[in-house]
Amino acid sequence: MLTSLKKIIKFSFENISRNKGLFLTTIFIIVIATSLISGLFVLRHLTNSLVDSLKDKVDISVYFTLNAPEEEIMRVKEQLSQVPEVKEVKYISKEEALTIFKERHKNDPVIMESLEEIGDNPLAAHLNVKAWQASQYEQISNFLESSPFSDIIDKIDYYQNKTIIERLFSISAAVQKVSFIFIIVSAILAVLVAFNTVRLGILDFKKEISIMRLVGASNWFIRGPFVVQGAISGMLAVVISLIIFAVGCWFLTPKIEILSSGFSLFNYFKSHLGSIALIQLVCGLCLGIIPSLFAIRKYLKV
Amino acid sequence: MSLLKQKSKLNNETVVSFQNVTKVYPRNVEALSNVSFKIKKGEFVCLAGRSGSGKTTLLKLLMGEEKPTSGRIFFDGIEVQRLNSKDLPLLRRRIGAIFQDYKLLSSKTVYENIAYVLEVIGFSKKEIDQEVPQVLEIVGLSDCADHFPEELSGGERQRVAIARALITRPELVCADEPTGNLDPYHTRDIIQLLLKIRELGATVILSTHDKEIINSLQKRVITLDKGKIIRDEQRGRFIC
Repeated sequence: MLTSLKKIIKFSFENISRNKGLFLTTIFIIVIATSLISGLFVLRHLTNSLVDSLKDKVDISVYFTLNAPEEEIMRVKEQLSQVPEVKEVKYISKEEALTIFKERHKNDPVIMESLEEIGDNPLAAHLNVKAWQASQYEQISNFLESSPFSDIIDKIDYYQNKTIIERLFSISAAVQKVSFIFIIVSAILAVLVAFNTVRLGILDFKKEISIMRLVGASNWFIRGPFVVQGAISGMLAVVISLIIFAVGCWFLTPKIEILSSGFSLFNYFKSHLGSIALIQLVCGLCLGIIPSLFAIRKYLKV
Repeated sequence: MSLLKQKSKLNNETVVSFQNVTKVYPRNVEALSNVSFKIKKGEFVCLAGRSGSGKTTLLKLLMGEEKPTSGRIFFDGIEVQRLNSKDLPLLRRRIGAIFQDYKLLSSKTVYENIAYVLEVIGFSKKEIDQEVPQVLEIVGLSDCADHFPEELSGGERQRVAIARALITRPELVCADEPTGNLDPYHTRDIIQLLLKIRELGATVILSTHDKEIINSLQKRVITLDKGKIIRDEQRGRFIC
């Protein structure tokens, strides 16, 4: 058994050294496939995080009358927190509202002068409410309007933003759907191309495989070297692919950070190195070994 | 129990037995029709007949490359067509095969081609290094051990194929038109080697349509025509 294994490994290295072109082509194709597959996983994560950050920016504000007591507002906050549709409620006091307003309009002298002329803080305290889903904002708005606190509520800005909120949510759902389909189709294409290339490579050995059968070699003695060769190609492809991936992430990180407000691709790569390497290793080994086994099976019928 | 271990009650002297064997290929092409014969241990048998008479099919059936449509084929008491894919290699290791197109592994050197059959059987490197040079010496190719098949002439390639068939000391050697692609000088060498194999104790089946070879050998000749045995003579001659 051990002697056979040694011979199989010897034959596979012999095959590699005598068919370098084919070996390198196989590695190249597997590198493309594994890089694409793991790249698509990262793309999916990136799309999800972009959509999440977009969704995170959506909320409705509940403005209270200027003389509404803070305790009452805090009671509204408490009640809202218990509503299952509500994801998060944030209280913005009159003072905080003024600070935010000033910060936002600091470059607009007309507004700043008007504010100074008024003298007093004209802004009302409010609650920023986030829901789990876009469709839930209407329910939250209805809940507030029909609640006993409706007399201290000045305005709910849901109806002004309704169209934008719904459109934003439908766009993010569409982006996620399209990216998922794109990922699946690309992954299937990559696998098919790699599969076929490896299979065509074995075609060169069709005659040799039948000769091996005729001189009495067992099926595993014939398959063995191809399996080992496929595994070596797969593993080398994974190493190359990981290096390319690391360099690619490092270069792309600054560009993606601008797009996705702080998402560091390189940090993502570092923290997920184990799972990315595992995905690539599984893909690499499968693409190196399975097509060979399929192709050889056909030629072993001698 | 493996089929290879199940021997029928054939005569101990019989190595090969064909019993009413018929082989019909798709589209109703009948390659062999109700063929029966026996070959004893140590015999040298020529299979004669024109191209398409069924000589190659007969050898393919014996090697288990094809299955008969009907009838039974025995090698040393083992019913060949009943062997499964796992047992077939064990049968083939006992039969040395020589082909008209040599069937050498093009990616391996002469030495490796011959060593391969020993590796298949499980010989150690030391044993292989002892055996292969001896066989190369017999076929006169000691100087070509590191050459690849494509660097050799037709005659040299056929001698490599003979060395490969010889190295396991098989009980039976099947040579299918081994001189078909060779000039008269190489043809004579190859026939001499086959006779030497026979002297070493193996049974030899030589398939050929070469009149000169058959007449010069003066051995048993089974003549096939359109898949049927038309003559089986102990000291046969080539008859058109």
